[in-house]
Amino acid sequence: MDLFVYGLINAACLVMIAVGFSLVYGVSRVANFAHGAVYILTGFVVWTFLNKAGLNYSLTFIFSLVITALIGFGIYQGFLIRVRGMPASEIISSFAVGLGIIELLKVIGFVGVYGNRVFFRGSVTIAGVPVDCQRLIGVGTAVAVTLFLFYFTHYTKIGLALRGIAQDEPAAMMLGIDSDLVASLSLALGSALAALAAIILLPLGNIYPGIGYDALLYAVAVCIVGGLGSLTGTVIASLLLAYAQVLCIRLLGGQWQMVAIFLAILLILIFKPSGLLGRQKELEERV
Amino acid sequence: MADVTTNLERRKERIDRGIKVRTEGIYALLSYREIFYLLVPRGALVIGMLVVPALLPELWQRVFSLIGIYALLAMAFDFLLSFVGLVCLGGALWVGVGGYVSGALASGFGLPLAGNLPLATFVGAALCTLLFLPCLTLRDIYFAIASFVYPFIFLHVIEALQILGGTEGLIGLPTFTNKWVAIYLMAILLLLFFFALRRLGSEDVGLVIRAIRENDQAVKASGINIIFWKAVVTFVASLLGCFAGAYLCALYGWTGMSYFALDFSILPIACLVLGGSGNFSGSLIGAFILVPLSELLRAFGPVRMVVYAAILAFFVVARPEGIMPYLTRKYHQFERWVEV
Amino acid sequence: MSPEAKEPIVKVRNVTKSFGVVMAVKNVTFDLSKGEILGIIGPNGSGKTTLINCITGFLKPEKGKIFFDGKEITGMPPHRIADMGIGRTFQIMRPYYNLPAYKNLIVPLSSPRAKRFAGGGKLGERDTVAIDILEDVGFERDAYVPYKLAGALPLGYLKRLELGRCIAMRSDVIICDEVMSGLSSAEIASLVPLIVKLNMTGNTFVMIEHRLRELFKLANTVIVLNFGEKIFEGKPEAALEDNGVKEAYFGKGREVRL
Repeated sequence: MDLFVYGLINAACLVMIAVGFSLVYGVSRVANFAHGAVYILTGFVVWTFLNKAGLNYSLTFIFSLVITALIGFGIYQGFLIRVRGMPASEIISSFAVGLGIIELLKVIGFVGVYGNRVFFRGSVTIAGVPVDCQRLIGVGTAVAVTLFLFYFTHYTKIGLALRGIAQDEPAAMMLGIDSDLVASLSLALGSALAALAAIILLPLGNIYPGIGYDALLYAVAVCIVGGLGSLTGTVIASLLLAYAQVLCIRLLGGQWQMVAIFLAILLILIFKPSGLLGRQKELEERV
Repeated sequence: MADVTTNLERRKERIDRGIKVRTEGIYALLSYREIFYLLVPRGALVIGMLVVPALLPELWQRVFSLIGIYALLAMAFDFLLSFVGLVCLGGALWVGVGGYVSGALASGFGLPLAGNLPLATFVGAALCTLLFLPCLTLRDIYFAIASFVYPFIFLHVIEALQILGGTEGLIGLPTFTNKWVAIYLMAILLLLFFFALRRLGSEDVGLVIRAIRENDQAVKASGINIIFWKAVVTFVASLLGCFAGAYLCALYGWTGMSYFALDFSILPIACLVLGGSGNFSGSLIGAFILVPLSELLRAFGPVRMVVYAAILAFFVVARPEGIMPYLTRKYHQFERWVEV
Repeated sequence: MSPEAKEPIVKVRNVTKSFGVVMAVKNVTFDLSKGEILGIIGPNGSGKTTLINCITGFLKPEKGKIFFDGKEITGMPPHRIADMGIGRTFQIMRPYYNLPAYKNLIVPLSSPRAKRFAGGGKLGERDTVAIDILEDVGFERDAYVPYKLAGALPLGYLKRLELGRCIAMRSDVIICDEVMSGLSSAEIASLVPLIVKLNMTGNTFVMIEHRLRELFKLANTVIVLNFGEKIFEGKPEAALEDNGVKEAYFGKGREVRL
């Protein structure tokens, strides 16, 4: 039974981390490989605000979200806008930016163990399994974020514009949708989502810059398995991968958990590259 | 409505130098000047590669070997990219497989280096090609991700199963007996691969392979099996990469999990972006600049990676063509301002 | 050239292909005889290119079988089918832009099929063979045209380059996907004799066209597709009289005076 609950919690974590990446790529076809870096950067920004600047929680969070959104916007305007349309260069440049950020964090001195505090201490027991409140908040936020994004991409003007650009960029541009502006906004939104995930999830453990790579890997894994561009796919993939991980840890031991993720990526890429619920046409996914 | 006028009074015009035009095809044999024009860059490369290692101080000779390794990886990456259009973010796979196969051959079968290196190269390349085989049908971004993930899988499997030396790796492996052998092996092989790959590009076979990158539907409609040729290109690129891995293993006498490190995937890409893809001289120049830089920066720790990242980001965005095309243009063409 | 009354060289039986809920090709059956020129016409979106993609292997049909020379080729990869002798042109032209025109033909000349037939040329000779083929197709031999970069050529030349590819591969069956679209009358006037000449030397043609006047002059038989279904097969003149065809193009309840 506890497996079930842990898996669910794990899935919520994965959804939070991955949804920003999925939104950015699936909706405006920009691969933001700096996603993981932004995630861990927020963690340290929060730490700095809390401990060095002495701000309280609410202000810190608002500032962090704003700063991260600005960084996301800046990444697009500074780098991705110049290499738009060339997938190899997009991947390399955004990955380079992410790499730079993570290593810069190490240079600044954030090596060693740092930790952010959780919001509420104490735990709740659900169905006989102890779950601490922070994790519960994580699940709640994940659900809220998913619902919000669904509403956003289906019913608001900006959301629909994002989807329009993903499906047919020239047509969207003809309709007056400024592709670059919308892509920058989507990147800002994606980064803000990563920040939100970082704010809620990072306090659950220690934070160190290397988490950035792991976060990117998780985000990529979830999006590949679920299908780039499908919100439902992201949710389902998170559930799948989360349970796979939890089962792996239980049955095989902790060191296999990452292998499960990688194998999942590989298998999906080989058999169904556009993911379980991906919407890329048959002619596009294979050469 | 605003007036549409151009502010341009002059524009830059680029014209091939006279001597370049005179050296097309067989006319290059017209006189010594033309022959020198063609030979000087190539000759400088060959002579430089053969002479410079002998002149370097001891410390830098090892760096030269490292330059060679990264140059090979960059050339392999360039080969895959500019010929077939596949972005392989997993160069570490080649190094790791090459290193481990070489290590396994040495410690398991006790093969001496002379047999070990070639065997490790070929077996490693075959293995890597098999691994990449199912991914060859995928499109660029999917292939990039799959290739990125492969080294990590191996890393974690080795760590989890504790095979092949586990976390410590395989130690006590044979190294080069003579340092000159090490250096000149690398120099000669670099030159060999460099000229061989360039020759391949201008042959008909190279044309067919490059056509795959440009328009694979038309190539398929011409009756050519794309997957086969992609596999061939992957095999050749893996030869370079696995040799680099096996060589590294022979250099240090040790093989371990760090052979699958991100470094081996990222730095060659940085070398290529810096030097320019498309022709293989870019990989060489990029390696010759970045590897010594990285050695110099090694003392500063993670700053090294930040510098790579900065260089990568800057060059990919601002000067995507790299250094080499710029230099080639300067050599072959001259520019002048012309009245509009 | 009149089609020979023998075993059809291409047999298409009940081919069906759908993309999701859209049925692009529904249960299409026809025969192609050797030496024939078959026209496939129909309104836009009627599944013509999809049908061709199924025949040439770029798409796998869900149901149905396709036979070439007695052998079943359903679902084979496109390079195998091209190797067996079916060549095609593409509706959306994409030559190898950065290569000169004659180098474009090196690719098909290097294919296993071209190597099997004498005259494919070996190392170094392929350039000469390519220029010869270009001359056959109508490029001016002594001018600069064959050496121009393919990206700089006008559409008429590009279409002929596509045909040149099929010639280079010595295809028995050449499937032309809208090869005359976008061409001026002068360019078409020079293309039609080429097709006639190729047909007389033994090639079988399948032509998807919207330019009915030229097509009806060339074709022996015509097939009309509408919404994926074959609604007519027969002589070109009869196609103009058939009610189903008229309805497909013009809609119901109209008087058509041609």
